[in-house]
Amino acid sequence: MEKQFRESIGTALDDAKLSAALGKFSVDYKVNRAKIYEDTDFEALRSQIAACKSYAAEHMEELAAEFTKNAEARGAKVFRANSPEAVREYILQVAKDNGVKLIVKSKSMATEEIHLNPFLEKEGIEVAETDLGEWIIQLAGQRPSHMVMPAIHLTREDVADIFSKEVEERLSSDIPRLVQLAREKLRPKFLQAGMGISGGNIAVAETGTVVLVTNEGNARLTTTLPKVHVAVIGLEKLVAKFADVAPILKALPRSATAQLLTSYVSMITGPAPTDDGGVKDLHIVLMDNQRSAMAHDPMFKEALQCIRCASCLNVCPIFRLVGGHVFGKVYTGAIGTILTAWYEGLQQSEDIQGLCIMCGACKDVCPGKIDIPSLIMEVRRRLVQNEGVPLIQKSIYQVVNNRKLFHGMLRAASVAGKPLSKGGFIRHLPLFLSDLTEGRSLPAIAATPLRDSIKKIEQPKGLQEKAVFYAGCLIDFAYPEMGEALVKILNKAGVEVLFPEGQTCCGAPARYSGVYEIAAKNSKDNIDALLSVAADYVVSACPTCTVALNEEFIATFKSLGQTEHLARAEQLAAKTMDFSTLVKKLVDEGRLSLKEGQQLGKITYHDSCHLKRSLRADQPPRELLQKAGYEISEMFECDVCCGMGGSYSVKLPEMSAPILQRKLKNIKDTGAPVVAMDCPGCVMQIRGGMHQDGAGVQVRHTVELIAQQLAD
Amino acid sequence: MYELFKARAERAGAEVHRFTTKAEAEAYIVDLFQKEQVRDETGHLVVWADCPFLDEALKERVSTLPGMRFTVSREDANAAWIGISQVDGALAEIGTLVQDATAIDKRLVSMLPEVHLAILSTKTIVADMPAWIAQTDTSTLGSYMSMITGPSRTADIERVLTIGVHGPRRLVVCCVDEMGGVA
Repeated sequence: MEKQFRESIGTALDDAKLSAALGKFSVDYKVNRAKIYEDTDFEALRSQIAACKSYAAEHMEELAAEFTKNAEARGAKVFRANSPEAVREYILQVAKDNGVKLIVKSKSMATEEIHLNPFLEKEGIEVAETDLGEWIIQLAGQRPSHMVMPAIHLTREDVADIFSKEVEERLSSDIPRLVQLAREKLRPKFLQAGMGISGGNIAVAETGTVVLVTNEGNARLTTTLPKVHVAVIGLEKLVAKFADVAPILKALPRSATAQLLTSYVSMITGPAPTDDGGVKDLHIVLMDNQRSAMAHDPMFKEALQCIRCASCLNVCPIFRLVGGHVFGKVYTGAIGTILTAWYEGLQQSEDIQGLCIMCGACKDVCPGKIDIPSLIMEVRRRLVQNEGVPLIQKSIYQVVNNRKLFHGMLRAASVAGKPLSKGGFIRHLPLFLSDLTEGRSLPAIAATPLRDSIKKIEQPKGLQEKAVFYAGCLIDFAYPEMGEALVKILNKAGVEVLFPEGQTCCGAPARYSGVYEIAAKNSKDNIDALLSVAADYVVSACPTCTVALNEEFIATFKSLGQTEHLARAEQLAAKTMDFSTLVKKLVDEGRLSLKEGQQLGKITYHDSCHLKRSLRADQPPRELLQKAGYEISEMFECDVCCGMGGSYSVKLPEMSAPILQRKLKNIKDTGAPVVAMDCPGCVMQIRGGMHQDGAGVQVRHTVELIAQQLAD
Repeated sequence: MYELFKARAERAGAEVHRFTTKAEAEAYIVDLFQKEQVRDETGHLVVWADCPFLDEALKERVSTLPGMRFTVSREDANAAWIGISQVDGALAEIGTLVQDATAIDKRLVSMLPEVHLAILSTKTIVADMPAWIAQTDTSTLGSYMSMITGPSRTADIERVLTIGVHGPRRLVVCCVDEMGGVA
């Protein structure tokens, strides 16, 4: 990570105004979004959008040709431009041909992408942004920090300062008066401008229609008053049918600003009359700039399903800490990372891709149904492929890839760490856990790992049903007691637990760092080990590991084009289950009984990212805990990431720490003496945080709590 | 359908009134002129875009009032307090007006003045966007279709909702049940 970038993170984190604005927004957004979608089947809606947009991506050239034909038949001039230069030159030529001295613009990310304004200004043409947020940004000489709300990082005082300079008069920070000023200053520009430039939210091939949505009404003025209108539209905005407009216009305003519809929608099909008795000179620029290349990429074509609502920014726990000036370039946040990698070049995404903590919150709300985290991971993989892994990281992964060496070192660490450990925590761990964050104590490496202690457990003889237990590194080497609890529970239900010793790291650390070759080796080793013994299912008490076994081994092989172990990976995936889902099933089947009538008091539950958003298993642990006698008191933002993110907390401790602090506060605010969760990684993060905080809230894995409540 | 439209349009900040006859709507509109003190003066004109509701008889009656403009220039629209146009339909689910605004005067009167008064035949309200699209002949789509939901708004400064940025601050919808021969 570049030093300069690292510093920009620090500056953003220290910016109290920024974090207050973004923090409040992220909270409000979730509430408002939920409310506006109340009566809508979001899954059905986004499936509809994904279907029509993926069709459009796959038929991009055909639709571009159809759009061109139909728009031209209605009298528009359509120009296909492959590069940003070509777009800029075309617009400049149109402006020159028409003697344009002043251009009004309505909000357009496509023109931001090609840095149109400075180019036109250098040619002596005045360009006025007319969207209020964009105008503020333009006057301030900044770039938008958010795709929908470009000036969200600025306060009313900032805006008053910016406007005061513009009008050379000291203005108060009264928002309605600032808005009124913008109206008064921009109205004459609309009336005088010789050209209006807009983007386009949707381009309909069937009819040659450009659809524009705005709240302020500036797009209507931009496209109506000047004699010339140029619409700059990325090829990903194409859809086949006019009917496709309906689902997009249903989701876009709901997801972007929690509105049923923006105040204005304009659907422009060919030039309309102008007020001088003539007709509009309408130019539509269909801009490629890597979009057709994306369409040909088997993974990234999915990113073309984006409708630019920015909801992935709004729910991102990282974006709300640092904003779009750190997290992004022209396009910001999660989708911005992917678009930057394509529109500006892979290398340009090197720093920002590292900000994603892979919590999956964005994937859940995306109306285009884009698997954003997977695509960011793919950006990582390609970066690593192109540029290699930093040497230090490489040596670590090589260790992880050699199970015997890796486990040998972990054992050695348990001895080496001993003098430093106190009450089960140590401050410093060797190897990849060495560079550690403030505000969190780390677990000591257990004296006896689970792989040794499990041999000493006397399991009942003659049990017919068998489960392979996949422990994962943390349970194996840091929290063997969780594994022992799991054995106790399953034995009680009549299931024998097998522990193939060849099992090793699930490969998540390597995979999430883009080092897929290492992850693939881990996958293969684990498949060999876990399928080496006959069992009814494979169970894990770590959701990240479960997802690895369930999905990611397969995905890794596919990304690398390795087909040799695919069938066995699928076989393993089919029999893998997470702990709570399995135990809930055993309870429901009457094979496992919990003590009756227990009153265990209040507990709060933290949703681990992978359990909630990949495995969709947020209810089984809650139901188990309630059945055991706990009374669940939900915390605020129970399903927001704890900041662990595997090695994320090591790589970006300055980001991880405030996320953890927020989580600790939310836990403490419930007043519950215990917080449960299903992920040993979250336990490590939250227990460590709670230890340093000194609040005395017990942090437990569900497996430990359930093991205590088994009926005799 | 009307009730849902009204509720949703009001939620978006529009004012919605219902009249049985054209005459009742006319009375309301004339009364609004008085309340808003429209007059023959910059900033206080009324620009009224050509539409079926505005038949010759009505034009004759209101043309005696001060500040009326029936031929709409951008200068007059910019100097107007109230702009009036008739819309072609509405979407109940989201409180949205739909208008073929290909004619330039329809756009000018609904964009530039402080108040936009929209006349809507109650009968033309449909359930939602898909219903509107289904009944639309896409081969003859107007060059400029407009959808209007509430007044002009922004939340670009500290996300505080502020009404009336570049367009009208007030959207008044007059729903008329019996348009007579007028759609």
